[in-house]
Amino acid sequence: MSSQAPSFYLIDEEEHHHGPGASTALGFWIYLMSDALIFATLFATYGVLSTSYAGGPAPHQIFELPLVAINTGMLLLSSITFGMAAIETEAGRLRATQGWLAVTALFGAAFVGIELYEFATLIAEGATPQRSAFLSGFFALVGTHGLHVLCGLVWIGVTLVQIGQRGLTLDNRRRIMCLGMFWHLLDVVWIGVFTFVYLLGVLR
Amino acid sequence: MSDGHSGAAPHASRKGYLIGFALSVVLTAVPFWLVMTGVLGSVQGTAAAIVALAFVQIMVHTLFFLHVNAKSEGGWVLLTLIFTAVIVAIVVSGSLWIMYHLNSNMMPMTDMQ
Repeated sequence: MSSQAPSFYLIDEEEHHHGPGASTALGFWIYLMSDALIFATLFATYGVLSTSYAGGPAPHQIFELPLVAINTGMLLLSSITFGMAAIETEAGRLRATQGWLAVTALFGAAFVGIELYEFATLIAEGATPQRSAFLSGFFALVGTHGLHVLCGLVWIGVTLVQIGQRGLTLDNRRRIMCLGMFWHLLDVVWIGVFTFVYLLGVLR
Repeated sequence: MSDGHSGAAPHASRKGYLIGFALSVVLTAVPFWLVMTGVLGSVQGTAAAIVALAFVQIMVHTLFFLHVNAKSEGGWVLLTLIFTAVIVAIVVSGSLWIMYHLNSNMMPMTDMQ
């Protein structure tokens, strides 16, 4: 009886061969690609509006490149520390994973903090989102990215609680893998932001 | 979970992350240095250089941090990435192209204010 197993057991076995995280990884990757499309529309909007100053400030008058460079460094450092967390996760070392995740969160929090400081300075100078189409596009694009980083920070916090309670289980490893893809994609988007918004803006 | 077979996360090495990080630091520092010092002289040349460096850095991050390769998920990761890149290129370049021409063909508004 058991030798004539129904065919869906065979299919099930085939699925398990690829590991339980396999389909999740592809599904999450497709979500990330759709997120990239959101940023593409925001980049396109900013690109179209980037010279519509309406008599307000131009990029080279308000952007502080040293501040942006520090911010870029924070995000880059958080990427490599997340890489270390991923390696420790694969090696099954819980303490080291928690440590690297905490360091990643610190760099991420520094990034969000510096960005909020930059926004507060701009708004205090009168460069508010409602001042010109250029500034609307700027705050929409950079603000959406910052919001994503903030979501990533919440996610890291939740992950730390989860692995603190249950350790590096198969489910938690899969979650850390997805969080890693999310975090690294935000760094890729930031490359576009500092190049096309800040550096090209100051050059113009 | 990840012993040999093509599972979810490709086996990532410490060395791979460090190489990617070193390349990223250089590819970030150089464009900032070019713009802040203006060593190239021409604005057009600097703009072309930093856009080229940005594309190289995006490739570095995709390979070393996101671990995208032709084999992950039976090629679906790479295929969806290429599809997204095409859509992004169409959305961004198409918007800029059309809106630039619309702006050029508008009646000048400055005289009427």
